[in-house]
Amino acid sequence: MVKTRTFPKGGIHPHGRKTLSNTAAVVRLPFPKTAVVPMSQHLGAPAAVCVAKGDSVEAGQIIGTGESFISADIHAPVSGTVKDIISIVLPNSVRTQAVVIETETTFDESVLENKYRREQNDSDPVARLSSQELISIVKKAGVVGMGGAAFPSHVKFQVPKGKKADYLVINGVECEPYLTSDHRMMLEHTDEIIDGIRAVQKMINAPQVIIGIEKNKMDAVEKMEKAIADRGLTYIVQPLKVKYPQGDEKQLLKAVIKREVPSGGLPIEIGAVVSNVGSIFAVYEAVYTGKPLIDRIVTVTGDAVRRPGNFLAAVGTSIRQLVEAAGGFTEAPAKIVAGGPMMGFSFFDLDSPVTKGTSGILALTDKNLDHSPMTACISCGKCVAVCPMGLQPTKLFRLIDNGNFDEALKLNLMDCKECGCCAYTCPAKIPLVHGFKYGKKMARKKS
Amino acid sequence: MSEETSTVTKDFIIESSPQIRSAMTTSGIMWRVSIALLPAAIWGIAVFGFRSLAVLIFSIAAASAAEWLMGKLLNRRTLIDGSAVLTGLLIGFNMPPSVPLYIPVIASIFAIVVVKWSFGGLGANWMNPALAGRVFVFFSWTSGMNSWKLPQALSSMPDALSSATPLGTYKNGMLDYAGPHTGTADFLQDAGYVVSQTAQNLAGVFQNTLGITLQPLNIDLFLGNTAGCIGEVSALMLLIGAGYLFAKKILTWQTPVSYLGSFILLTWVFGGLPYGNGLFSGEIWFNVFSGGLMLGVFFMATDMVTSPVTGKGMLIYGTGAGFLTFLLRTYGSLPEGVSLAIILMNIFVPLIDRYIRPAVFGKKDIPKAAAKGKGK
Repeated sequence: MVKTRTFPKGGIHPHGRKTLSNTAAVVRLPFPKTAVVPMSQHLGAPAAVCVAKGDSVEAGQIIGTGESFISADIHAPVSGTVKDIISIVLPNSVRTQAVVIETETTFDESVLENKYRREQNDSDPVARLSSQELISIVKKAGVVGMGGAAFPSHVKFQVPKGKKADYLVINGVECEPYLTSDHRMMLEHTDEIIDGIRAVQKMINAPQVIIGIEKNKMDAVEKMEKAIADRGLTYIVQPLKVKYPQGDEKQLLKAVIKREVPSGGLPIEIGAVVSNVGSIFAVYEAVYTGKPLIDRIVTVTGDAVRRPGNFLAAVGTSIRQLVEAAGGFTEAPAKIVAGGPMMGFSFFDLDSPVTKGTSGILALTDKNLDHSPMTACISCGKCVAVCPMGLQPTKLFRLIDNGNFDEALKLNLMDCKECGCCAYTCPAKIPLVHGFKYGKKMARKKS
Repeated sequence: MSEETSTVTKDFIIESSPQIRSAMTTSGIMWRVSIALLPAAIWGIAVFGFRSLAVLIFSIAAASAAEWLMGKLLNRRTLIDGSAVLTGLLIGFNMPPSVPLYIPVIASIFAIVVVKWSFGGLGANWMNPALAGRVFVFFSWTSGMNSWKLPQALSSMPDALSSATPLGTYKNGMLDYAGPHTGTADFLQDAGYVVSQTAQNLAGVFQNTLGITLQPLNIDLFLGNTAGCIGEVSALMLLIGAGYLFAKKILTWQTPVSYLGSFILLTWVFGGLPYGNGLFSGEIWFNVFSGGLMLGVFFMATDMVTSPVTGKGMLIYGTGAGFLTFLLRTYGSLPEGVSLAIILMNIFVPLIDRYIRPAVFGKKDIPKAAAKGKGK
């Protein structure tokens, strides 16, 4: 096995809590009676609604078109009738239009299975299709990054002219505490992931593939290695030390290929493309079965959840339905979070829909939260020590607090990716990330 | 909906990420540092008597009262954060056991009111309050701050005469040094300084069983059987406390290691010169374990508020403190230099923090592949 690696600077070791749900096999959630499908589930411009009230739609049909360069198509997750087009606010505070589809009673899993079946005697589509054809399949399927930021995948896989991808790095790190959806994905869909990797490798024409997985998922490391060996492929599975935020693509690349993405730049500038295992599976489904991205694995976990587990949920399913599938709450949660606890969003509306980027739903109890009062900064320097980007959070926060955004920009405020290591660590409980989000917004407004 | 699957029962907390936080708090740090000082405090009380407990209580009470009053005036409740208690405890640590009780009280009030609150309270002061309080009273009540008491182990020795600290005896003797001596132990013995029976016995045990020759004087210094301030005498007890703070990840290695490193290096290179022993013959043990160095290195110089925020900055700061401590001890007119050295380095901290910054990710050594890609 390859020697364990990690990124050198900063990082933290929050309690993982993954054992709550990492042995729970993925369960298909029943389809919702009404699906609320947001038009903004990805980074970039929202998709434009292309159906009208009263239309009948078929599962997999495009209901929102992403026309801008950075955008993604949205597909109907179920077959049924468009009941309404409404405006909703997602857990991440984004206001967006959403298509409400009433699922027809005859619709069930077998409909999807019959429609999107991998033909056993089909010639290998990866060998048959050109890289551009493959990318257009990904685009048509509305695939986005499923690790969190939901960046449209077809944009990422289109290597710009003059640039070259030396590496395809697969992100199986899942460094956020609690979340286990990627872990289950790697265990339960190992072969499909390998097929997906082959497709993406062809799209970006990268000679080498490295799969980064943290050592708290050794079963996934072994399973991946075996699947690769069985196929006679040369992909490398790189075990990584458990350290947050290793799943950030910049830290992941530093750990596995020892290159630093330049400030403000993209991974392709150092010859790499990073893709999350969930996205790779979505690529597999699109390329081999023609299925667009209309469902995803969501971890429902936390101390307030009765039976934490991993669920395959259609996009547009309400979070309430997910929580009910996990047995409901054992006690009133103090906080519910969409995503992981480090970068996820706390929200209040359980009727919010699952989107392409919903990796987990976390119900935290009062005991999980810290209620210590905020004190003055004591310059302990812990935020500086844990910042993986080499920033000085304490100084940046002070500048932003004083309204001195220009100076904060000079001290590389824009390199902050809000991973939360500083605010997690801060003994004075200063809301550092909150300050940086505000500072960035104000700095953008000024310029 | 059945109770089994209840999904809404009360309001949810909404806040910015991260949604979870570490258990470490400001007050947790302050109280843990105070706990780490307890072994040394107990040792001080044990060897100097209950009088030293009174000193500690008075300094803590004065510091707490001053903090409460300032908080009351400025409408901030800060006593609970533990920083004032810690400051008071450290001031008590820096007092001779027989000091008149008004001196620690004044030192504590000066530390809290003038040094800490006049700059804005916790986190805003640029100088270590405890050290500033000590230095203030040291130069104001010189005799009160220089009357020493022998620890119990020494006062029972038949020919114990001098009650000065080892460093004080050394400094006085050096003023008209005629020589010749092989080293500090020899020199101090001549000056009338005695070592404890315990240390002599222990030295014998080490010699007989392990074949290691240890100076009884150094054993006394390490254990804390010497005259000195209440909290500074026992290197062993302070190291136990420091070990606890390292384990709790409150202490980082940079300041203590660079401070001790530069001090030890300079002492080793130049410390033997006064005896005419030439370079590279300085006595490390004596110099490291005497005076307030251990207390200074682990509990004063590492004060978070008044030390740099970056690891590199801490290295510079610690190295400077070690250098200044050596200079002040060797060439200054006072026997001890730790307090002044740290305060002097406190002055440089804003400067260090301004110019020593961590390397920003992605702003250096951009690999060739990237440089090529940036053709446009």
